[in-house]
Amino acid sequence: MAAYIIRRVFGMLLVLLAVSFIVYFIFIVIPGGDPAQRIAGKVATSANIADIRRKLGLDHHGFTGFFIQWYDMVRQLFTAQLVSYANQTNVVQQIEEGLPATFSLAIGAAVIWFGFGVLVGTISAVKAGRFSDRAITALALIGISIPVAWLGLILRFFLAGDGGSGVSWFPDGGYVPLTSNPVQWAYHLILPWFTLAVLFIGFYGRVLRSNILDTINEDFVRTAKAKGLSTRRILVKHVLRASLIPIVTLFGLDFASVLGGGAIITESVYQLHGVGWYAAQSIQSQDLPPLMGVTLYGAMFIVVFSLLVDVFYAYLDPRIRLS
Amino acid sequence: MAERLLEVNDLKVRFATEDGVVRAVDGIAFALERGKVLGIVGESGSGKSVTAMTLMGLTRGINARFEGEVLYKGKDLLQVTDRDMQEYRGNELGMIFQDPMTSLNPVYRIGEQIAEAIQAHEKVDKRAARARTIELLRQVGIPNPESRVDDFPHQFSGGMRQRAMIAMALSCNPSVLIADEPTTALDVTIQAQIVELVSRLKDDFDSAVIFITHDLGVIAEIADEILVMYAGRVVERGTTRDLFYDPQMPYTWGLLGSIPRLDRPRAERLHTIKGAPPSLINLPEGCKFRPRCPHAFDKCMQEPGLANRVETAGHLDRCWLDVAYKREHRDESISGGSAEAA
Amino acid sequence: MTTTGQEEFTLDTAAELASAERKSEIQGKSPWALAGRRLRRNYVALTFLAIFLLVVTCCLLAPVYVSQVSHISPNDVRTGATVVENGKKVHVISQGSTKIVNGVPQIVFGGIPLGPQYGAAGGQYILGADELGRDIATRLLYGGRNSLFIGATSAAICTTLSVILALLSGYFEGIVDWIISRFFDLIWAFPVVLLGIALGTALSVSGFHQGPINISGTSLWIPIGVISFVFIPYIGRPLRGQVLALRNREFIEAAIAQGAGPVRIMFSELLPNLASSVLVLFTLIVANCILTEVALSYLGAGVHLPNPSWGTMIQEGSDRLSTDPALSLFPGIAIALAVLSLNVFGDGLRDALDPRAKIRIEHG
Repeated sequence: MAAYIIRRVFGMLLVLLAVSFIVYFIFIVIPGGDPAQRIAGKVATSANIADIRRKLGLDHHGFTGFFIQWYDMVRQLFTAQLVSYANQTNVVQQIEEGLPATFSLAIGAAVIWFGFGVLVGTISAVKAGRFSDRAITALALIGISIPVAWLGLILRFFLAGDGGSGVSWFPDGGYVPLTSNPVQWAYHLILPWFTLAVLFIGFYGRVLRSNILDTINEDFVRTAKAKGLSTRRILVKHVLRASLIPIVTLFGLDFASVLGGGAIITESVYQLHGVGWYAAQSIQSQDLPPLMGVTLYGAMFIVVFSLLVDVFYAYLDPRIRLS
Repeated sequence: MAERLLEVNDLKVRFATEDGVVRAVDGIAFALERGKVLGIVGESGSGKSVTAMTLMGLTRGINARFEGEVLYKGKDLLQVTDRDMQEYRGNELGMIFQDPMTSLNPVYRIGEQIAEAIQAHEKVDKRAARARTIELLRQVGIPNPESRVDDFPHQFSGGMRQRAMIAMALSCNPSVLIADEPTTALDVTIQAQIVELVSRLKDDFDSAVIFITHDLGVIAEIADEILVMYAGRVVERGTTRDLFYDPQMPYTWGLLGSIPRLDRPRAERLHTIKGAPPSLINLPEGCKFRPRCPHAFDKCMQEPGLANRVETAGHLDRCWLDVAYKREHRDESISGGSAEAA
Repeated sequence: MTTTGQEEFTLDTAAELASAERKSEIQGKSPWALAGRRLRRNYVALTFLAIFLLVVTCCLLAPVYVSQVSHISPNDVRTGATVVENGKKVHVISQGSTKIVNGVPQIVFGGIPLGPQYGAAGGQYILGADELGRDIATRLLYGGRNSLFIGATSAAICTTLSVILALLSGYFEGIVDWIISRFFDLIWAFPVVLLGIALGTALSVSGFHQGPINISGTSLWIPIGVISFVFIPYIGRPLRGQVLALRNREFIEAAIAQGAGPVRIMFSELLPNLASSVLVLFTLIVANCILTEVALSYLGAGVHLPNPSWGTMIQEGSDRLSTDPALSLFPGIAIALAVLSLNVFGDGLRDALDPRAKIRIEHG
């Protein structure tokens, strides 16, 4: 087990390295042209451009120059010295400032979507074919068909203050830190949590329903019935236990993604200044250092949780031997 | 006369499927006494598994319809609610299935699964349940039960898994053990061990056994009485001796003939029964075996009733053929000597 | 032989009878025929397929709409224009005026676009105007063309690439599998939207000019390429798993023993077995691709203005939610309708192709 984990960690580091490289490649190489010129803007003189180039370390040339620049950037990131091209702010610090909002959004939404997803999926499966199942399935399908951006906007419009419909049950976006006012913190997060969770609840509910219906036909469930176990015990200990395993895998990765700033749209629509929002801003201005930072931050979460999920999976299913 | 535990009268089971109504079991009847082994023999689709599972109430569902009676100690199990059936399953009727690998939950230990069965029906604490589990494992012949009780199913071999399943089924001392093709998925050598185990346990636990298989060789070892099923019906019924020495149904001859035998003159080809079992949705008219029967004649367009047509009482069959004719011609069919290739 | 009958039955006759009987039994139908039959019975799925096709048709007929109904092109900016509404002449973008409220003159600001006319303006501005005076209905149809085109094409490209990679990975195993799996892992490690935005933005700066391929930054092929790339692991991994499972089955061994080469095995033996999964995955991924295009365009990294797409329309309308909700409302409804019908149909398709669907459909 320990050897497995060490090997995985090594692999993770490689992946992160590759990710940073790819981000660099995407922003420097793909657009082509001269990044310093792009940053300097349209009315810059050539002296300005040369100046920027030197300041930002972009004056290396050729193939080796490329690597040197990349290495510099990564080193700066890890020593918390990386500075944005656009506005000279420290990237790592900006990310840290975004953490509370992103974490609050992610954790709250994850609890909601996992809880409701399992509930909805189980009810739907147990009542398969009947009206409650059809209704839940319909709602779930609608839930996964609505674009998140639109849902967020609509909810803001209809339910949030100053949205224009006159109804003002919820505040119109913005983030209130947990430490300053817990009630307002939650109040401001209710709509974003819901917006983010709807998609996942629909998806998880349907996957779970499908898994449960498959598991119910397994031989070992038939044996459990033949033993005379109560329906509830069969459902919980035998059926759900088997059906939830794939869900746990999905959940691990989705949660990691949102924690890693993947909820860019939700954060943007509701003006929650988290890591995702920061990413969106940086992309608009094609600001490479923050993008590098945010992408590595996000990738790190995904890769770590990937390992956690695999280990947990092995714990849940004794047939799996990590090797 | 031993206690009559189970009495099945004119049981019919129908399933509604997207292709039509499947008449899986179409009127079968039998009785089972304590200490006896009833063998049920037939091809796939003959209705033998459906019968077994119906006794346990495992075939209930939105698309299933039942007729007839299943009397267990006088009580009609078909009328018992599903919830109340939980009391009977495991407790009064135990069942083991064909594939022990998939029939056991892979994520729980063997001991946990057996103890679960015990604790479902008896008020014992975990420690007592575990002790009983270990004892049961010893009784079914699993070596080192104290350590193997914590193993997972995939750590057991096929034969041992089946023994564990038997232990689980017998854990609450049921009066009836139903074994649905318990040896089909196992090696031949292991098969013999399992059959011997079931036989011994039947005596140890003083229970009755219904043993279902398509393998006549296995049934000869263990059964007292045999039912031959075809297309959802019983087509022949009698003691093991009757069936093997005086079989009355051409179908039974076919089954007997298809076993390769060392003590008979070697035929050019192994005898097979031509054709395929009939659709359970569109059953043929008259005798269900008629389309495949080499001896069919015009009276066979009327379905024969299950009746006693021979001297021995209790030996029933569904065939219009004259008994003397049968005794004269059946050896051909069984040994397959003159069966020309088609 | 027997005495009571007139006819004599021989073994041959019996065999004939048996095969005659068998003809009246359930015929062995191919899995595809059975699936088709199940699908045909699923009225809900078929209805939604019809809805989807209806949406597609409407969008394809966008030019017809312009020439016959609205007479306004999608990018026609008409800030100063007027329109006849119920006989009265009305400004498309209100010019501002003074209103007397309680005896006090109040200045009402202009700049508010015309609301949905439905039939009142003779086919123009049926769903209203946007802030630049463009006809929303026309833009909705043209935007739909773009969004649907991007969705379908990226799904097709993604599926094709994923199938090829999965086949290669699953068939050759070993080092090829390792490389392809790491490739999947790498793409997967990026938060999807982030990767999409990054690529989308970077590529739109000056387009893609490598070798013979010259794509401008504003071409629709940029978002298509980005979206298809991003979803490769989504399809590739499950398919790879299936190929690996099939790889070790006896029929593959038999094919190899017969001397079949890798290409033949991959395409004649493995691929047909994947077909039903691929079909279902494709349908569902079109839905995801459409949603991703919406997300990317909303963030400015997908389709670029002034080209309309459902995503850009939502973005354009997001600033004016309080005054003119219609701008964002209609594209959202269109998207939800298209994606929903795809999802429902995809569900029905999966039920039809899944051999165990029989058990599930029987409920209720």
